[in-house]
Amino acid sequence: MKLRLAIPVATAALALAALAFVVPAMAADTPDPVADAKAFQKYFTDKFPKLKPQDFVNGPYSMNEDLHKQWEEKEEFPPYEFALEAGKEMFATPFKNGKSYGDCFPDKGIGIRQNYPYFDEKEGKVVTLELALNRCREANGETPLSYVRDEMASLTAYMAFTSRGKPMNITIPNDPRALAAYENGKRYFYTRRGQLNFSCASCHVQSPGERIRAEILAPALGILNAMPIYRSEWSGMGTTSRRFVTCNSQTRAVPLEPQSDEYRDLEYYLSYVSNGLPISGPGARP
Amino acid sequence: MASTIRVRAISNGDTTEVQALIQHPMDSGFIKDAQGQTIPPHFIQQLIFEHDGKKVFVADWGPAVSKDPYVKFAFKGGKKGDDLKISWADNKGASDSTTAKIA
Repeated sequence: MKLRLAIPVATAALALAALAFVVPAMAADTPDPVADAKAFQKYFTDKFPKLKPQDFVNGPYSMNEDLHKQWEEKEEFPPYEFALEAGKEMFATPFKNGKSYGDCFPDKGIGIRQNYPYFDEKEGKVVTLELALNRCREANGETPLSYVRDEMASLTAYMAFTSRGKPMNITIPNDPRALAAYENGKRYFYTRRGQLNFSCASCHVQSPGERIRAEILAPALGILNAMPIYRSEWSGMGTTSRRFVTCNSQTRAVPLEPQSDEYRDLEYYLSYVSNGLPISGPGARP
Repeated sequence: MASTIRVRAISNGDTTEVQALIQHPMDSGFIKDAQGQTIPPHFIQQLIFEHDGKKVFVADWGPAVSKDPYVKFAFKGGKKGDDLKISWADNKGASDSTTAKIA
């Protein structure tokens, strides 16, 4: 008899306990980007107490002394110089209709890299710099550039170069769709996928500074501030799109189309949590 | 078209340290493109640095050198303001040259 009574009492207690858990869990589920970014940055500064926040934008070079020495030498004669020059030329060259890239952007496109990607309230979606550049081309009757090739990287290299040192400044407008895009990007970042079952975070949050084969993993904090990058491994320039696509295929997942909604949201999330860190692009990576 | 050669030469009195970056595809002839067609070999065969009419550095290169090669060396002599002439020639007969001032 006593036992029979005990069971419902225990169940009720369990139910109560479950309820007590549900309430704070729900509160924590409400997206709070400001707290997210703070916690995200704190995680990295705690993990690497010797580094200053602005060191993170130099990726693996801040994590390994030997690499740092190589990099200092490399920066005297940076391998992205040719792309930078090509980008400057492309940026200044007018389209067939006489307009140029500068006409599509605020401040003629100079020193604005830190504001991208932004949430476009008219479209209800995230607009990245690469996307904006191709839209600019199409609006002026030109064919869009490939998102993963050198021409696009040259353009963004030039735009990043004119914005060097400016703190990343991504805003989330008071629009539920903007918050949803941010959340979606965050979800993509932390979701495991592919044959190797890696999420973006497995490498770039859990293991920055560690080796993956011969390479040193870069921290997620500030990783986009250095885009686009010259990768010695690629013998060429890489855009943010190219970086995302290759990351996915390296974990043996199926990459998405460059500038698909999810990649745009991912870029939005990843840039937002690096707010305040300086733009250092174009970068050079091993 | 901008020059394919970037040079920086700095004299410290006795020696001059030279760094150069050259834009060149340096195709080895063993790589296939996206359509499966072999990309024909295209590489720099000779690279020469001249100071004061004298060759201070000559490199005989082959297909094993990487794309956009980088060179760094030092030579005895060379004063601030001197000219340093750099030239390359590749296996397709193309060439380029530039003259830099030693700083």
